[in-house]
Order: sequence, then structure tokens, then C-alpha cells
Amino acid sequence: MNQTLATKRRIKIKGDSAWGYAFIAIALVVFSLFTAYPVISAFIISLQEYRPLGSTYVGLENFKDSFASELFWKAVKNTAVYTILTVPVNIFLAFIVSILILPFKKRTQTVFKAIYYLPAVASGVALAVVWLWIFDPLKSGIANQLISMLGIGNQNWLGSSSTAMFSLVLMSWLSSHGTAIIIYLAALLGIDKSYYEAADIDGANFFQKLWFIVIPFLKPTTLFLLVTGVIGSFQVFQNAYLMTGGGPDHATTMVGLLIFNNAFTYFEFGQAAAQSLVLAFIIAIISFIQFKFFGNDVEY
Amino acid sequence: MALFNNNFRSKWSLYTRNGLIITFLILFALATIFPIYFMVISSFGDPVEAGAMSYSIFPTKISFESYKFFFDFSPHSYDWLLNSLIVATVTMVSNVFFATLAGYAFAKIDFKGRNVLFALLLGSMMIPYQVTQVPLYILIVNIFDLQNTYTALIAPSLVTVYNIFLVKQFMSSIPKEILEAAKIEGCSQPKLFGYIILPLSKTVMAVMAILTFMESWNTFFWPFLVTNTMDMQTIQVGLKNFRFANTTYFAPMMAGATISAVPMFILFFSLQKYFLEGVTVGAVKG
Repeated sequence: MNQTLATKRRIKIKGDSAWGYAFIAIALVVFSLFTAYPVISAFIISLQEYRPLGSTYVGLENFKDSFASELFWKAVKNTAVYTILTVPVNIFLAFIVSILILPFKKRTQTVFKAIYYLPAVASGVALAVVWLWIFDPLKSGIANQLISMLGIGNQNWLGSSSTAMFSLVLMSWLSSHGTAIIIYLAALLGIDKSYYEAADIDGANFFQKLWFIVIPFLKPTTLFLLVTGVIGSFQVFQNAYLMTGGGPDHATTMVGLLIFNNAFTYFEFGQAAAQSLVLAFIIAIISFIQFKFFGNDVEY
Repeated sequence: MALFNNNFRSKWSLYTRNGLIITFLILFALATIFPIYFMVISSFGDPVEAGAMSYSIFPTKISFESYKFFFDFSPHSYDWLLNSLIVATVTMVSNVFFATLAGYAFAKIDFKGRNVLFALLLGSMMIPYQVTQVPLYILIVNIFDLQNTYTALIAPSLVTVYNIFLVKQFMSSIPKEILEAAKIEGCSQPKLFGYIILPLSKTVMAVMAILTFMESWNTFFWPFLVTNTMDMQTIQVGLKNFRFANTTYFAPMMAGATISAVPMFILFFSLQKYFLEGVTVGAVKG
């Protein structure tokens, strides 16, 4: 009796696991072919001088070339500057806005959430095209008209190496906080009211509640936004590609753009693969550091 | 009681505070949507070269000449929209189906190697896009020789790891008891999936469908890399071509940008709930 039950159960589990494999089969094929294989392939290509008909093995030459190249380090620096100027500011803006939305009715909250999220729905190419005209260097350009009201003279926004990076940063400040606002707001609504009640009994004011309740509670959310924000920002180059082409004088060349150009403008696939692996390494290190410093009491 | 103190001595100080906050929020909202507003308003201008024109923040006239100009730019401009629609629709349908299947299996079926495989998928999300970009291009274009085909545009995103992750997170909250009860009644896994899991997962499937469609519609670099004739390009690539060919035609460029963005706005406003929900699904723990 016992034995038959045992075999029956085993058969059942066996049947189930066969279905398990069947259900993930397509996903696994797509993953192996278009993600796993390319990753392995990237390592191989990075050690080669890639030619469509017969590549030659060059060892670590591609990596050495990249590390010796001034442009590569400039791109790394640009990417770091862009990330430092955009990610924390966008998170801070999103934090402030989501706190300020909180006292209003659900309907009002939804309206504001929708408005702030709208740029995330628009295609990146469309936004890039619009911002190109906002940054029109002529006197009649929108951005120039705005700053002339403040008494600042005409700027050549994207066309001058001193302002090009700032222009891209400004664009990010005004168009990439929607997601973070929604995520923060969801987290804020998840804080139990009893905490505030206890604080009220103790006579805490608004800023004390913010400091001792809200900020600790939002720490996991902030860490999530920080890590994903930095990872995303290190890869981003669509605006640089479409709006400045990395110029002027490589002032806006990001690592992502450099890799793209190496691969698809100069067809130096080996070089591009090597640099992409360095980028992956940098991102991994930074994510690790962020978890180490900010994540000691956050579980994922 | 809440974070904000609402017990003011007089009603007026409450109104003043809320008024100040609303003003700030509205100003920030205006700054956020200004580029989009500017894009739509300007697209109704005449298709003349920008030269000495001045941009106006308020619409002076409404003409559809610039839209005509944009569509006349290439005989394939309508194909761009059609291609985008085809690619986004196929990607969406296949993601909803296959990611739901896989997400269910990873969440609720016990099979050998499940955790290792899932960890592998999760780990791959950390790898930057640039790493796979070059080998993927070589694979599709040089090895499979698929340049300029729908297969090339669609295949790499048939099922994305992110979507599998999304479904798995969602399915984890479905109680195991329901499934066990059904199994005791003799329900097979495909039936279980069709009759119990799918009806319970409508929300996550809707969220996934919308986000995948939008992602696919808005994507630029991959279609840009694997297409080389205008008839196979998507609207985003077409818009980029238009911009480089007509650097001084301001209004038609805004018309093109509007055309590429408006379908997503319509989708967004009609299915707002799912969009906003989708943002938080992957982010908030538990």
C-alpha cells in the first residue's frame, strides 16, 4: 500500500516536472540564443580582431588598447559625470514631489502621477527631436528666450563643449522622474498610519516624522531607485547619439555611445566587445558598493 | 492622522498650505509636459524652413500641411507605422503567452534545476545591453542572414527576462492550496494553467501587454541596426531619417515626432490604471 502510494506520487511529480520544462522551453530557447550565447560570444570576440571571414586571436590587445585610449577614459568620465548629476537629483526631485502629492485626494494624485509619467510614454526619438529645437542656439530658441528673461545671454546649448553635457542633464531632470515618483508614492501609501499616530502623541513635527519614519521606511525604495538608476544611466546614450553625436569635441561621448560607434561606425567589433565587458565590470562594482554601503539592512 | 498635519486652528491656513503645494506641483507638471505640448502645438504650423521663424508657445493656426509634408517625405512613411504596429503586436502577444507560461512554471511547478535556471535569468538582467548588442548583431545579420526581416526585428524580444520575472513575482501570491485542490481533482497542468491560472492573472498579463507594446513601439537602436531599406524601418527609425534629411523643417519634424508619440499617449490615457500599476509591480517588494 505504502509502496504504491510512493510510486504514484513520484509519477505525479515526474509528470509535473515534465510540464515545467515544457512551459519554460520557448523562453529558455530565446534566452539561450539571444542572451546567453551573445554574452559568451562577447568574451570570445573581445579577444579577437573580428573579421566576418576568419577572425584572428589577439589576446588582451583590445583591452590594452582601450585602457591606453584617452577617449575611452574621457567617455568613462562623461558617463560618471552624467550619472552623478542626474540620478541623485532625479531621485531627490521624485522624493519631494511624491511627499507633496501625498496630502491630496486619490483623484488629484492620479492626475499628477499621469502628468509626471507622460514623458516616459513618449518615444525617446520624439523627445530628442523636440529638445533639439528647445535648445536651438538662435536667439529665438525656447531655452534662450527663457534664460534671457533671467538676464542671461544667448547660449549655444548643445553646440558648445562647456554647455552640451549640462543640456543633456537638464533634459533628464525634466523628463525622467515619473517612474520614481510613482514608485515612491506607492511606498509612501504603504506606511502604516499607526506610526504617524504614535509620533503625533509624542509631539513630533512634520520634519521629525519625515526624518524618523518616512526616510527609514523608504530606504529600500531609495536603494532600488539608486541601483537601477545608476545601472540605467551607465548604459544610456540614445540622447547623446541623436542630439549631439557625442560632440562637440567628445564632450558628451558616453561609454555606451563609444561602444556603439566602435562597433557600427568603425566595425571594430573586438574593441567594442572588450569595452562593453569593461562597462559591465564597472557597473557590477558600483552596484556592489551601493549594496554594501546603503543596503546593510535591506533584503532583496 | 498622517504625515501631514491637518488640524489647523483656522481653515485658512490649511488652504494656504495646500494652495502653495498645488502651485509648486502644477509648475513642476508644466515644466514636465512642456516639451510634449510644444511638440503637438508646433506640428500644426506651416511646413516652411525654419530660417528666421520664431517659435510661439501658443498656437497661431491649425494646419495639417506639415503632417502631409512628413508623409510625403518617403513613399514608405505609412509602412513605418505599419511595421511598428506589426512588430509591437507580435512581440506583445508572444511575450504575454510565453512569459506567463514560464513565469507560472518558475513560481508554481517543482522541477529539477528550477532555482538555478531562474537565478541565471535574474543574473542576466544585470548585464548591460552593450555586451549582448554586438554579438547579437553578428548572430542575426552575419550568421542567420536575417537583415531587413521581421524575424530580425522581433526574434530577440520574443520573451524578455523582465516579463518572466514580473509574472513570477505576481504568481507567487497565488495560494498553493487552490492548485493542490485542483490537482487532487485530477486536473492536468495545461488545464490548471488554462482554467485557474490564466483567469487569476489577467492584471499582470494586461500590465505586461501594455508595457511590452510600448517598449517595442518606442525602441530605436535595434530596428535601426537591422534594417537598411526604408520599407522595413519602424516609425522611430523613420523619424530619425527624416530629421537628418530635413534639418531645417521645424513643423514637419514636430509632426513626425507627434505621429511617433501619439499612439502611445492614446494607449496611456485609455489604460492609465495598468500603466501606473505596471511601474510599481517590479519595484515594490512583496
